[in-house]
Amino acid sequence: MAETGDTHHGEHPHYQRHHFETVEQQFDATNFAMWLFLLTEIMFFGGLFTAYLILRNWYYPAFVEASHQLNIGWGTANTAVLIISSFTMAMGVWSAEMRKKGLLVLFLVITFILGLAFLGIKSIEYSEKWEKHHVPGLHWNESSFLNPASDPEVHSKYPQDKPLAADMAGKTELYFFLYFAMTGMHALHMIIGICILGYMIYRARAGAYTTGHVTFVENFGLYWHFVDIVWIFLFPLLYLISRY
Amino acid sequence: MSEESTELDQHGQHEEHSHEHHIVSPFVYLSILLALLVATGLTVWASFIDLGEWYIAPGLTLFWNPVVALAIACTKMTLVILFFMHVKYSSKLTMLTVGAGFFTFMALIGMTLCDYFSRAWGRW
Repeated sequence: MAETGDTHHGEHPHYQRHHFETVEQQFDATNFAMWLFLLTEIMFFGGLFTAYLILRNWYYPAFVEASHQLNIGWGTANTAVLIISSFTMAMGVWSAEMRKKGLLVLFLVITFILGLAFLGIKSIEYSEKWEKHHVPGLHWNESSFLNPASDPEVHSKYPQDKPLAADMAGKTELYFFLYFAMTGMHALHMIIGICILGYMIYRARAGAYTTGHVTFVENFGLYWHFVDIVWIFLFPLLYLISRY
Repeated sequence: MSEESTELDQHGQHEEHSHEHHIVSPFVYLSILLALLVATGLTVWASFIDLGEWYIAPGLTLFWNPVVALAIACTKMTLVILFFMHVKYSSKLTMLTVGAGFFTFMALIGMTLCDYFSRAWGRW
């Protein structure tokens, strides 16, 4: 991690590493590496999405009734929160590029708070699942699906839902397993992102990132937007497509 | 220090090489934000409307609601990738990386789904 901010390299900014010819080359290389990492992430989440699509088609009635348990209001709110946080992150990158330290810290803090807001809403949803015994393998009961009338809150919204046969009702556990796996993995990415945001706020206050070296902010932005994209697909697949 | 910073301004990423490191304006970011929020509203609204189905063959029916929901999601993803993630302004290497990644991803998902959906045709 040798920094070369000495006079021997007057033509190089101190953040340019020895093995790069130019700052642009260094930026392009790290940017390329970040995209390669994101491609592995796409493959990782892609496996979960594929499993969801296949099982949803196999056990369609179970997946439809199980997804009626999700609250579209919370889901929509969280989508808005995450999209706005992507915007504030993009504005953070802009602030770093324009070397505006105060604005950078401000936008990073807003992004940090919106990230926490997302997790807060998610935890409200998770605790609802716990209360209704919809946590597969741990705290599980399928009576909502064997007898929808026993769940008046959801039944009033979806009166057309018929009682499922015992074997199909059992498959709702599979839906909730995937629900927790996918949203849980997404939430884990959010938690990691929020931790890095905290570190960046600390560093940005000390004046890092606003002297021309924006690579870290830029590449973290890519990660944050990627996590946003995952949610952009989770939201319709889990919450929206089970009414018609 | 002043000499060094002048040197940086001339050969650094901000002035001469603006085509290599493009700074996207806040106006663009704001427009994309609004488009994304409108698209979110649209996809929620569309989910409450029965868009019907397309009966192709016995055991093969296409429901329009999920198709529309996924099409809106793909549009939102494209906006995020092009503008928030700067791919529209990036090097050809980045564009190729992203494109190749998505192509591989679609091939893997597409072939897997084709296999599963055609094994027990019409039985699920």
